Amino acid sequence: MHLGADEPPQECQYTQICTRGSPHMKKRRKWRVFPGRNKFFCDGRVMMARQSGVFYLTLLLIMVTSGLFFAFDCPFLASNLTPAIPVIGGVLFFFVMGMLFRASFSDPGILPRATPDEAADLERQIDTSNGQTTAGYRPPPRTREVLINGQAVKLKYCFTCKIFRPPRASHCSLCDNCVERFDHHCPWVGNCVGKRNYRFFYLFILSLSLLTLFIFAFVITHVILRSNRKGFLDALKESPVVVCFFSVWSIVGLSGFHTYLISSNQTTNEDIKGSWSTKRGKDNYNPYSYGSIITNCCAALCGPLPPSLIDRRGYIQPDTPQPVPLSNGTSVYTTPQMHSHMCDQYQCIQSTKFVLQAAATPLLHSEPVILAGGPHLPGKTSLAGHCGPLVPVQTSIPSSMPGLSCGGELLALRDVDAHCRHHHFTSPDETPSPPQPPMPPMPLMPPIPCATHVSHIHPTQLYDPASQDSLHEDSVRGLVKLSSV
Amino acid sequence: MTIYIVNIFLFLFKSIDEYRNENPNPVFFLNSLLQTHSLQDLRQQAAIASKVFVQRDYTSGTICKFQTKFPTELETRIDKQQFEETIQTLNNLYAEAEKLGGKSYLEGCLACLTAYTIFLCMETHYEKVLKNIAKYIQEQNEKVYAPLGLLLTDPIERGLRVVEITIFEDRSIGSR
Repeated sequence: MHLGADEPPQECQYTQICTRGSPHMKKRRKWRVFPGRNKFFCDGRVMMARQSGVFYLTLLLIMVTSGLFFAFDCPFLASNLTPAIPVIGGVLFFFVMGMLFRASFSDPGILPRATPDEAADLERQIDTSNGQTTAGYRPPPRTREVLINGQAVKLKYCFTCKIFRPPRASHCSLCDNCVERFDHHCPWVGNCVGKRNYRFFYLFILSLSLLTLFIFAFVITHVILRSNRKGFLDALKESPVVVCFFSVWSIVGLSGFHTYLISSNQTTNEDIKGSWSTKRGKDNYNPYSYGSIITNCCAALCGPLPPSLIDRRGYIQPDTPQPVPLSNGTSVYTTPQMHSHMCDQYQCIQSTKFVLQAAATPLLHSEPVILAGGPHLPGKTSLAGHCGPLVPVQTSIPSSMPGLSCGGELLALRDVDAHCRHHHFTSPDETPSPPQPPMPPMPLMPPIPCATHVSHIHPTQLYDPASQDSLHEDSVRGLVKLSSV
Repeated sequence: MTIYIVNIFLFLFKSIDEYRNENPNPVFFLNSLLQTHSLQDLRQQAAIASKVFVQRDYTSGTICKFQTKFPTELETRIDKQQFEETIQTLNNLYAEAEKLGGKSYLEGCLACLTAYTIFLCMETHYEKVLKNIAKYIQEQNEKVYAPLGLLLTDPIERGLRVVEITIFEDRSIGSR
């Protein structure tokens, strides 16, 4: 059970027990050591956000509504009107499902985290530009100013990924990744919507609104035709009208909103923050827009599809430093050989911590234990779905709060409040993922008085049975490891 | 100096067979090959003195473009013109990959109509250009940079954030 230093070097992951002791060097794929909070399936081919419960709900709703339509309405309509109706319905349904899967399962455009050399180089550059700072003093948030097509844009430094974010990129706090051209994190789709899957997301909501309108229209037709023979209420009982009615307005509204965004080449993020609005300044314009609506639409929907920057299915090279996701969210780069040496000592420390954590769990209330204070900035509290501050602003805590409340106000003012209502509902429903044991998530650490649903989630998160189980599991592992040392 | 170059090539050829099975991804194959093997073995003769990072240039928007500013650390190693030419060629290749035009729109529309299943059979234009870029970088490394004790890393391996240039210390025969 005990890994000795004289054992052949093998790849160890801190989140698993390194007791396998296989004599040969087993090649592992890179998705296994991916530092973000994502779930991978089919050996790295499919990736989703960690909290994907709402995605299954979406799937269920679409399938049930369509199923009922095909089962109850289509036979009548096909025989009385035309058999083209179920055919068109079927094509639409498959298109919707295809686009949904594509949007949910693909990489939204995640930026891989900086290698240690890059990070060190950037730090050096920042230090020389800021001047020498005394040890212990936290330098101000790092930004770089860039002139893009005549418009000044600030590039922010991401403390988690250790890079200066490209323009329009944003760090998703739910997935813990920087995503290029970040639109929003969609819980219904179970993934972030970014550069690589925005077109799939748009086509999904567009085709879904067409499908819902189609079903709604033909269900009404069915009801009317039947009510000529029977009573109106009886006919109504036989049709799945209700679900359709509510979803029509929200989905059609959302499609309309995104059509507007595409034609002006903005992201949801930018629109909500009013980055390119003329209200900010007379000379404020969108530097990314191509000028004409048609070019903007074509570029967004038919432009070249960039490849994934994270090599999920590649094999980990034995000497290449790989990011090892530590339980506190930051990562440490070690080569796989160093892993096994560090593994033993680290495991010893970890196991002790697991045991202490497990023992202290029932006593934990509002003070999550921080194991190793990383330079994790707060401001990752964008749990208000994606209507809140979509960009976890890497500034001080207070600024993230107005963001949360402002988001609410802004939303109230919007015409398309249908879609926001839609997404607001998801935030309390959204079951928070079990925190990575033994760390209850650090983002909730800064005491934020306002956002009620944040504090709402807070205690549930700690008492979440799934997290208790994983914590328990890890404490058991810890005990086993301790006994083996 | 020649022993240095000969050794690099010997190791490259020797390891092609070794690594072919283990790394099936063609795009990353050559560069990971150059990375791990050449780095491993060059260390016996030359140590990595430092790494220089050429950052992205965002003045034209979000398209992939690297700064052509000549880093000061390379002043003693390489000709400014040569370096700028390499970076400019890379920028042109990336611009070609991301170009919006009739061809890319056609590809996009066709893909949409086939519900994106067409990409199971053929590569996207972008991926084709990335392969060209990988070839170009390998060629530049062999012809220009390795003899000068430098190594270019394909930006795709760094998430298209930087062009990493590794500077090797020339321990073998005198210093330049």
